[in-house]
Amino acid sequence: MTRHITIDPMTRLEGHGRIEIFLDEAGEVADAYMQVPELRGFERFCVGRPAEEMPCITERICGVCPSAHHMAATRALDDLWHVDPPPAAHKVRELFYNLFMFEDHTLHFYFLGGPDFIVGPAAPAAERNVLGVIAKVGLEIGGRVIAVRKEARAIMAEIAGKAIHPVFGLPGGVSKPIGPELGERLRQAAPGFVDFAAFSLQVFADVVLKNRAYLDAILAEHYTHRTHYMALVDEQRKVTFYRGRVRVVDPSGRQVAFFEPRDYLAHIAEHVEPWTYVKFPFLRTPGWKGFVDGPESGVYRVAPLARLNVAEGMATPRAQEHYEQMFATLGGKPAHATLAFHWARLIEALQAAETVLAYSQDPEILSPDVRRVPTATPTEGVGIVEAPRGTLIHHYQTDANGILTGVNLLVATVHNSAPIQMAIKKAAQGVIHHGQVDEGLLNQVEMAFRAYDPCFGCATHTVPGGMPLVVHIHDAGGRVRVVTREGTTEDYERSLRDAGSLSRQRPAP
Amino acid sequence: MPDKPKVAFYWCASCGGCEEAVVDLAEDILKVVEAVDIVLWPVALDFKKHDLESMPDGSIAVAFINGAVRLYEQEEWVHLLRRKAQLVVAFGSCAHLGGIPGLANLTNREAIFATNYLDGPSLDNAAGTVPLEQVRVDGRDLSLPAFFDTVRALDQVIEVDYYLPGCAPPPDLIMAAITAILKGELPPKGTVLAPNRAQCEVCPRKDGKPERIEIGEIRRVATSIPDPATCFLAQGYICLGPATRSGCHERCIHANMPCRGCFGPVDGVYDQGAKFLSAFASILAPRDEAAIEALLDQIPDPAGTFYRFSLPASLLHRRRNVS
Repeated sequence: MTRHITIDPMTRLEGHGRIEIFLDEAGEVADAYMQVPELRGFERFCVGRPAEEMPCITERICGVCPSAHHMAATRALDDLWHVDPPPAAHKVRELFYNLFMFEDHTLHFYFLGGPDFIVGPAAPAAERNVLGVIAKVGLEIGGRVIAVRKEARAIMAEIAGKAIHPVFGLPGGVSKPIGPELGERLRQAAPGFVDFAAFSLQVFADVVLKNRAYLDAILAEHYTHRTHYMALVDEQRKVTFYRGRVRVVDPSGRQVAFFEPRDYLAHIAEHVEPWTYVKFPFLRTPGWKGFVDGPESGVYRVAPLARLNVAEGMATPRAQEHYEQMFATLGGKPAHATLAFHWARLIEALQAAETVLAYSQDPEILSPDVRRVPTATPTEGVGIVEAPRGTLIHHYQTDANGILTGVNLLVATVHNSAPIQMAIKKAAQGVIHHGQVDEGLLNQVEMAFRAYDPCFGCATHTVPGGMPLVVHIHDAGGRVRVVTREGTTEDYERSLRDAGSLSRQRPAP
Repeated sequence: MPDKPKVAFYWCASCGGCEEAVVDLAEDILKVVEAVDIVLWPVALDFKKHDLESMPDGSIAVAFINGAVRLYEQEEWVHLLRRKAQLVVAFGSCAHLGGIPGLANLTNREAIFATNYLDGPSLDNAAGTVPLEQVRVDGRDLSLPAFFDTVRALDQVIEVDYYLPGCAPPPDLIMAAITAILKGELPPKGTVLAPNRAQCEVCPRKDGKPERIEIGEIRRVATSIPDPATCFLAQGYICLGPATRSGCHERCIHANMPCRGCFGPVDGVYDQGAKFLSAFASILAPRDEAAIEALLDQIPDPAGTFYRFSLPASLLHRRRNVS
């Protein structure tokens, strides 16, 4: 008898999603579909708007990464109005953008990624003990995360107007320079950002890499896809976020495309399915072959692991050390293990922080010369940045007055929509057997997408005063004693339930 | 020991910025978390729809709902939350007024689908496939929620008790609202939980404003550099300050960019765009009709600018003849 299971809604991501899983007579997963039941229509309703409003309109696509849209739109405006900002303006933008990448990436690790590292073969949510392990240092870490995030976002707001929905991007530069007071605040704060990024990588090393079960999960076949990868790279072909050329490599790491932003249409197309509102970008060469990976399929991935796969290294020294260590651990480049996105993300956060530190010491960021007013007639422009979640493409066409006549957006996560669909199906097939389904297994299916689209699993709820702690003590006789901060396992579960983290019954042992 | 009040957060056609605004409460959120029991928050917690459905009606003290109502699934969820919650707060511009997604009321479903799935330059869709509300794929029946022609603000779908304005609401307003709710010290139902004053009254540039503003030419930030100390309108830039409620700390103005009206109008104003048009018309320099028309023709996008955040809630509500 076939069964149909629905996960509704998908949780701990930005946006709406529903997963439909269909089992066959043997209780194996025959099909799984990730449906995105939302659509707002930006590409249509932006037509008729003045192009300079786009940084502030398109950033409302996502309130978690508004800076990414704001910057992609701003770069598109430079191209549209045929204007190159003064050097100081590029520096101010790149400084702001790296600060944003640092803040968004570290937020994801602590507030969403952390829980998803606990993978036991059939572990229900309640037994994910990385929560407990992090909890041991949790209150201190939690306090530090809140403080670092608050300072980073306060500085972002000072530079660009607001942290949620910045306003400073204009064709030819930015709307205001960084003053001496802000420059000093940044100089004071920047070393702390680097320390925190490095510390986060240490937490990852201690909590995940030293745990064989987690390492096995990272390398598990049901979380692996051998796809193409796409990312921006800089002049030296190193990882970059603010501007560069787009590079694509195949599953063996060989370059198959390398193009300027304006040429994206020659390389990327979008496939449509009737069962979801999201579209599925793919490489025109080799073309759409369905939801499959491999060198003959046009499916590609973007975002942290993709960026590290595509580039020839990191652009900053400490991040480069970690890059080398990661690929050594994963058995070479390119790495196809989806959960390694979490690791690559932290390495990028370190590069972002190192970049912020370097700029904070550069006197040119205080220059008043941050805007070159366009004089050309606007026509058409493309801006591409690397958003935290992947390559982000804004393409505008306007009339001679700069009023939009056409808008095409390929939004970071959307490039990953085919891989996410594949990841969910493969994970479901990997963990659900003989018709055995429980919420822990369903969550392991959800974990497959969380590596890609973290948004923020907001931790306001995992850093309460009563963060539970579980310690397993193995004595020489092999006996295990479970000790919790509150005393017993029951107390631990009750505290989780009170904190809202426990939404399901613990299964009988 | 009484149970802690239950609180729900939900998002409709939303960007997630209102979720981020709650996270931006920073250390203040710890006080909130100690005082309440969060029973729904899809961005952060794993509670599912069936968890909400199985709660008794009225058992949630307050539901904070952000996002506009764009699709049938959102309409379903907000009706469900209205039943389960004693108070509903429309959180952020989209729930309050329709927000940026409300600009879609200048177009319609057909045009949006055509651009998204049929006509866009990167599409590879010769078959003309579009998402369907019901479809059979490889023997499986799958469904998607209906995409309405018109975007609605939250109070156009369910009864709303309070409004927290802004895109996104700033942390101090959020904290004040949550504190008031927990203490039971609430203003009359229907109140917008922000100062009842227009931006111009608190604008950092108000002291340098001329006695009488006379706009002779309309300027755009794309092709010029605003003076960072002078009133935008006095310089000829469109700034919605006169028609916009204060409470945002004028962050855009401080960044040398004009106001786009995300807080919506003050009390008693039902159409923010019309309010701005009226204010704007009163500060134009020309006196003869031809010159006035020529000046108004310089406004690049009146409907999309004056109604940037408020079209669904306005008297206009939506465009009538979409070609």
